[in-house]
Amino acid sequence: MEFIRNRTGTGTGTTVRRLLTFTALTAAVALAATGCAADGGGTAGAGDGSDLSITFIPKQLNNPYTDVVLGGGETGAEEAGFGATEVVGPLEASASSQVSFINAETQAGTSVIVIAANDPDAVGPALEEARSAGAKIVAFDSDTAPQYRDVFISQVVAKDVALIQIELMSEQIGGSGEIAILSATANATNQNEWIKFIEEELESNPDYADITLVTKVYGDDDDTKSFQEAQGLLQAYPNLKGIISPTTVGIAATARYLSTSQYKGQVALTGLGLPNEMRPFVKDGTVSAFALWDPAQLGYVAAFAGKALADGTITGAEGDTFEAGELGEREVGADGIVIVGPPTTFTSENIDDYDF
Amino acid sequence: MTATPTRPADAPPSAGPTPAARLATVLRLRELPVTIALIALVTVTYLANPLFLSSQGVKDLLLNSTIVIILAVGQALVIITRNVDLSVGSILGLVAFSTGTLFATVPGIPIVVVLLAGMALGALLGAINGLLVTVAKVPALVITLGTLYIYRGLNNAWAGGTQYFAGDRPDAFGALSVDTVAGFPLITLIALLVVAVVAIYMVGTRPGRDLYAIGSDPDAAKLFGIPVARRVFLAFLTNGVLAGIAGVLYASRFNSVGATTGTGLELDVVAAAVVGGVAIFGGSGTVVGAALGAILLTTITSALTALRVDKFWQQAIVGVLILAAIIIDRIAAVRTAKKLRLSEARDV
Repeated sequence: MEFIRNRTGTGTGTTVRRLLTFTALTAAVALAATGCAADGGGTAGAGDGSDLSITFIPKQLNNPYTDVVLGGGETGAEEAGFGATEVVGPLEASASSQVSFINAETQAGTSVIVIAANDPDAVGPALEEARSAGAKIVAFDSDTAPQYRDVFISQVVAKDVALIQIELMSEQIGGSGEIAILSATANATNQNEWIKFIEEELESNPDYADITLVTKVYGDDDDTKSFQEAQGLLQAYPNLKGIISPTTVGIAATARYLSTSQYKGQVALTGLGLPNEMRPFVKDGTVSAFALWDPAQLGYVAAFAGKALADGTITGAEGDTFEAGELGEREVGADGIVIVGPPTTFTSENIDDYDF
Repeated sequence: MTATPTRPADAPPSAGPTPAARLATVLRLRELPVTIALIALVTVTYLANPLFLSSQGVKDLLLNSTIVIILAVGQALVIITRNVDLSVGSILGLVAFSTGTLFATVPGIPIVVVLLAGMALGALLGAINGLLVTVAKVPALVITLGTLYIYRGLNNAWAGGTQYFAGDRPDAFGALSVDTVAGFPLITLIALLVVAVVAIYMVGTRPGRDLYAIGSDPDAAKLFGIPVARRVFLAFLTNGVLAGIAGVLYASRFNSVGATTGTGLELDVVAAAVVGGVAIFGGSGTVVGAALGAILLTTITSALTALRVDKFWQQAIVGVLILAAIIIDRIAAVRTAKKLRLSEARDV
């Protein structure tokens, strides 16, 4: 009984919080929209974009990471000169939950739909309908099947992610010594691709000739397991100078272990992490620098790509180029993929600028 | 590995505690195999890699086993009554997440209050298990398999994508699993206190002894006048409280708590209890044994890594240990039965 009451209590709390977030979001969107409209009206002559509208459909609302992406998208849409910006989407990231939102946009005659697909195929028919009604489709964050969209905005190039990690590690250990990799699961596609590039780079780049990769261990993206793997590494390899963890769970668990052990400050740690999760470890000196892509840039570039498509500047063919505001020119690659990259490096100086 | 008396007939029937009898008692201890295995494991690993027992190494070993020790003690209580609680991983997850939530939403909340809140939530979830098992009279395996998913589902619904990190909690709370007293981390001391209290309760009190009677033969226990349902409920309740403590300590020790915290832990815990000599069919075993089993299993992980043994062997070794424990248990049971038959035949 007590428990049920308890649950209802927190449940209500969550609902209230969600509602608040939603209201805030809607308000922000409305503000942005009116701001844009006013802007468009003011500079009416130049306002070729004022009648263009853009709608972002994320995987789900209320996801902290997605909120940052959308924040960048709204900024981008405003700078690109869209007359109206909207964010709609489901509260849960299920395969079919986005379809009704796409249909509503089609009926509203939205010029550009930017979508992070929960399922590459489930949204297909709805998107096709939207396209035949004249909308341009930009996929971002998570791609649809290629035939359903004009371009896909991808975070980074896999190789860049690998290179920045080994570069950061090399800087932190002074270019020589034993290092280890603490990854996610042994068969994780992303991580294995990055690790392969790291290994190739260690072999081929003379700058890294004195760095030895002694082992790769797998924490299965589980906090507890990654924690124990980190301990084991330091015991098994007393001369270990650094650990690269190309997974947000692994790097945080390792950082937690290092910061509570005698190895703090002795053993370098870098990899891919979330600023909110890593902030205390950067502040207490356990970690000096780590990397990840900046999610805001993803939304920002997506908005400009949408504008270029709507204006007819690009068609999404390979080799097309467009200006992405302050980020400069971006080129459409094979399969209509646009790379936002490069990854962002987080240090004690800039980590407070990010909230995700 | 032969902890059981090799020739039971040798033991003098109900003579005074002669040295031989005392030795036989020690040899009969169910905790003996696991203790020997633990000592052997630590010694071999230390000889191969002295860093294993450096001060940081010992601290890590103790910290690693702390949470499983507490869970194994609770699980032992339940298993001794011929039940099992598979929902402990989910209980731990819910409590750990609520701990994170409390610290994040109520700034300055005292750690003791959070610990008590965690115990209360654990008690509640354990009581639900206990009620379902004793009232519905469905095997605990099925009931707790159900609550495993229900509790995990609640955790998913509540937490969603939210995670709380070590940085959201006060430093003093995290320090519980960093600071040491006489080489023992504070949370390990809490675990040892738990083991001591429950062990004394099991040996020295009427309800404690009743649990063994229930596990040996529930029907006989009922005929004997033992309030079986109440005692079994108590075992589940206590297990819930202990899982609650473990959940709070988990939040102190590890970086993130979220929707999936503690997933899969229940099997490690049951394995620890069984390896520690708690018979899976109830009626025998001790919480000290279960705690030793927990230490053994967590130490194996660290030892294999320190010895640079391929990780994939670890699970196989744990499996062999479980089988060995069950076989030893079976041999002991057969011998005891035979001995009882002989002595009773002689008394006639």
